[in-house]
Amino acid sequence: MADDPREDSKNSRRSPEEAALSARLQRLGERLDQHGPSRQPEAGPSGPRTDPSALARGFRLSTELVAGVLVGAFIGWALDKWLGTSPWGMMVFLLLGFAAGVVNVIRAAGISTGPGSGR
Amino acid sequence: MADPIHQFEIQKLVTLGHIGGHEIAFTNSALFMAITVVGIAALLVGGSSARALVPGRMQSVAELSYEFVANTIQSTAGKEGMKFFPLVFSLFMFVLIANVIGLIPYTFTVTSHIIITASLALLVFATVLIYGFWKNGLGFFRLFVPSGIPIYILPLIVFIELLSFLSRPISHSVRLFANMLAGHITLKVFASFITLLGGFGIAGWFGAILPLSLVVALTALELLVAFLQAYVFAILTCIYLNDAIHPGH
Repeated sequence: MADDPREDSKNSRRSPEEAALSARLQRLGERLDQHGPSRQPEAGPSGPRTDPSALARGFRLSTELVAGVLVGAFIGWALDKWLGTSPWGMMVFLLLGFAAGVVNVIRAAGISTGPGSGR
Repeated sequence: MADPIHQFEIQKLVTLGHIGGHEIAFTNSALFMAITVVGIAALLVGGSSARALVPGRMQSVAELSYEFVANTIQSTAGKEGMKFFPLVFSLFMFVLIANVIGLIPYTFTVTSHIIITASLALLVFATVLIYGFWKNGLGFFRLFVPSGIPIYILPLIVFIELLSFLSRPISHSVRLFANMLAGHITLKVFASFITLLGGFGIAGWFGAILPLSLVVALTALELLVAFLQAYVFAILTCIYLNDAIHPGH
């Protein structure tokens, strides 16, 4: 209770700064509103079905990375067996497969709708 | 009872004959696939036979499933994707009904075997390849050559895109199979805890309440997963078909 007057005086001392801050916030809000309509269609294309499709996207992520690595490892192994280039095919294609898996995950997460994903 | 894998065993019901020294049998898996197909046919034929303007219960389920799949295709593959509606609808309904039937105790879950999900995924993969080359010719290879990439890293990108494309049937099939397998094993393990704890007398009975409530909750979760996995399978089919329809976007 005793602190209250001091707090008030502090607040009154800060008030010019706060006014400036609120003015800046307001300007930011106006600018965001200007950008708003152009952003809106990106944010919610699926409308009411956002929830199941978000969950579905989550399920997708679980296997995308593993699949890429597995395919890379298998192709590397098969090339090594066929051409007798023993560890090299496996090494190169395992890394390429890892990269492909990461690309898969990024696309599945919808962060980048890169080439090939077609979305 | 305590063996959680036992439920996935394939049992021969009727031996139909031999082809090249290999036994061809009607198994429990085949039986439940047939039940799934009969169930879908009964739902759709029975639902649409009334042809009421104001749909009844069965008819609205049939109409809802049609509209759901149609919307999914149009939002991911566009209007042109609708020519694949029969394929996507069949896959969605088969996976969905097979998953849901598998949740009933003492039934067999068809989709918990990778041979089933892999054949479905390879069917989609082959459709994408054949339709892609038939429609776009060699232009289908644009899928692997993204535009606007500097020439010195292009070979690397092409390899990565190729591997990414080849990994599709694997992630497509393993996701469904692994989710169903893991879900059913979890249910079985928690259910066996109930009987184990029940053997410890009164205190065990009270302790068994915990796994019992977990099994109830897990069953609800599995029902959600059964639907979502069918949805994911269908939507991925649409995304892959979209690549065949418009490559190089």
